[in-house]
Amino acid sequence: MFEIMEKRTIGPGIILMKVKAPLIAGKAMPGQFIMLRVSEEGERIPLTVADYDRGEGSITIIFQEVGYTTKELARLSPGDFIRDFAGPLGMPSRLDGQGRVLCVGGGVGIAPLFPQIKYLYNQGTDVDVIIGARSSDYLILVDEIRDSSSNIYLATDDGSLGHKGFVTDIVKRLLEDDNRYDLVIAVGPLVMMRAVSSMTKEYNIPTTVSMNPIMVDGTGMCGGCRVTVGGKVYYACVDGPDFDGHLVDFDEAIRRQQMYREEEKEAEHNCRILSKI
Amino acid sequence: MSLELKRVPMAEQEPEARKHNFDEVSLGYTLEEAIQEAKRCIQCKRPRCVAGCPVNIRIPEFIDQIAQGNIDRAAEIIKETNNLPAICGRVCPQEEQCEAKCILGVKGEPIAIGRLERFAADYALEKERESQVPVSNGIKVAIVGSGPAGLTAAADLAKYGYEAHIFEAFHEPGGVLIYGIPEFRLPESLVRKEIEGIKDLGVKIHTNIIIGKTITIDELLEQGFKAVFIGSGAGLPRFMNIPGENLNGVYSANEYLTRINLMKAYDFPNNHTPIKVGSRVAVVGGGNVAMDAARSALRLGAEEVRIVYRRSEEEMPARLEEIHHAREEGIIFDTLVNPVEIIGENGWVTGIKCIRMELGEPDSSGRRRPIEIPGSDFIQDMDIVIMAIGTSPNPLIVSTTPDLKVHSWGGIIVDEETGETSKEGVYAGGDAVTGAATVILAMGAGKTAAKAIHEKLKVREDQLLPL
Repeated sequence: MFEIMEKRTIGPGIILMKVKAPLIAGKAMPGQFIMLRVSEEGERIPLTVADYDRGEGSITIIFQEVGYTTKELARLSPGDFIRDFAGPLGMPSRLDGQGRVLCVGGGVGIAPLFPQIKYLYNQGTDVDVIIGARSSDYLILVDEIRDSSSNIYLATDDGSLGHKGFVTDIVKRLLEDDNRYDLVIAVGPLVMMRAVSSMTKEYNIPTTVSMNPIMVDGTGMCGGCRVTVGGKVYYACVDGPDFDGHLVDFDEAIRRQQMYREEEKEAEHNCRILSKI
Repeated sequence: MSLELKRVPMAEQEPEARKHNFDEVSLGYTLEEAIQEAKRCIQCKRPRCVAGCPVNIRIPEFIDQIAQGNIDRAAEIIKETNNLPAICGRVCPQEEQCEAKCILGVKGEPIAIGRLERFAADYALEKERESQVPVSNGIKVAIVGSGPAGLTAAADLAKYGYEAHIFEAFHEPGGVLIYGIPEFRLPESLVRKEIEGIKDLGVKIHTNIIIGKTITIDELLEQGFKAVFIGSGAGLPRFMNIPGENLNGVYSANEYLTRINLMKAYDFPNNHTPIKVGSRVAVVGGGNVAMDAARSALRLGAEEVRIVYRRSEEEMPARLEEIHHAREEGIIFDTLVNPVEIIGENGWVTGIKCIRMELGEPDSSGRRRPIEIPGSDFIQDMDIVIMAIGTSPNPLIVSTTPDLKVHSWGGIIVDEETGETSKEGVYAGGDAVTGAATVILAMGAGKTAAKAIHEKLKVREDQLLPL
């Protein structure tokens, strides 16, 4: 059982939780994820580590209430326990030895991007960050990222904060102005990562994306998380979650993400009934 | 006294009923049936059955106790060498092991050793347990994985007096016994009871710990564990690398069975893990796992389930009993057929393109090699395809333990006599060493390693004694 040390609502339906997990906190690196299960009947879901504190022994997760499990998780309070919490899983992001990096985050994808930004910045890398969301309410970790980056650019679909439009508009502008980035890291919705990757490809800038497919165990056992990268099949849980954005088959990944859409609706319907009881 | 050549039959759920539920298929012997079957044993002076058992259960002795009605004593005798008898009685391939050696098998049917083992074990599990925790010598040994190899090694080490700690990556102990083998063949409640019995010996089980990620083998040794046993199994599923394998609706048998067994997707949405049921399901492969997946698909509600296997039924690695049960339940067997492509529409499986095969010369496995018959390909409508063509050892531990030597296919290299790996103090056994095999072989390996660890540590401790 893993105790929730802190819980904050940081956006509409977006929750930050700090969880006591000293063993995982001792090992976690940017880019890695954990698997959690809320209840005895619960599903195992992967969540990318949004921060870790080795001294305090804590792992921070940030999630949006979108399905049954995240809604169930959101009902817990500080002092409550998460039933199962295992990790750190996946390969850490390869961040060492980079000169100048552009990080692009969209929606809750900003959360897993944050430890990467922090890591880069702390080791003296020149790191520019573009983050975007639907509107200003949904734009998370702005101050934290501002403190850990060389330049920060904001975008909202409705223009309530920063540029009115998509993060890709800013990516385009920055690349046109000055494309001397050694690496671009994009984390967010699959369509956003696809759009960023296709832009950086024109400039031949190495681009890493973080895949978050459906998985059961997170240790290479189920194979449900397979992604095609450069024509070869990889398991996101053990080979990733980071992959070369220029080689990922995004269309396939988007399709595979839809596998349980009908079932999710059914589960959510049940969830609504439950919460009324 | 004349020999009784026929074994006492064991009651089963009727195929028509059982194909709609996940309850256990075989119902086990009653006391009377068990005694009657036990009495068939002629109590050979030099019993060959014992040598046929990977853990050398003293078979004639326990059968004799059943024949006399001393079921508790029978269970005790079994438990001395087998820590998981209710499980082995159900899933061991007795027909290739102990029962294959039974002298009665020459003229009639061999003694139903597996059924008797199951009977005695179940009988003992029903009773109040009196836990006898062995006195601990305070020496800590780590066991990686809580499947049959790990549980056996831990239980034996506890009996030798060691403080055995099992580390399990999943939230539930049991390994393949829990995530792999379905309820209708091995009820979860029974596996849990057997695990409770092992905990009663003082074994500590830590779930949610991924060795190689949360803690490494080297860290375990640094933290004061005097030896480590790796029983992490063969959990990495293989695919065929044919077009269409990433379409929605294609599963590895591992994923399919884990969703159903460990995550209880058959009870969705009460349990929250979903699974695609489908109406036409193809299971590719001919082993026990393929049978388990096919029969599970039927129970979930699929209308038609086909086993697609590239050799003939004779070469199928599944137990005869499983093939028989599957067929009784209405699974269709397409043998000498191999998939070449999975067909899809809008990202979802709609069919499977197969080619017919014929058998050629024997290959390295001794089985006749299947060869494609040119131009014989055909398409069948399907909405779910399950790949049950084998698994490999998981590289998670190996990749984080630099001095651990492995075969090119991923199996950990060990000394066969002791189970010791290339790294001092680290042992391994079960599927992590052999590749996918049986529960009982994994248990045998766990036993061997536990004994070797004991021999080694005992020697060391002796050396520490003041002269």
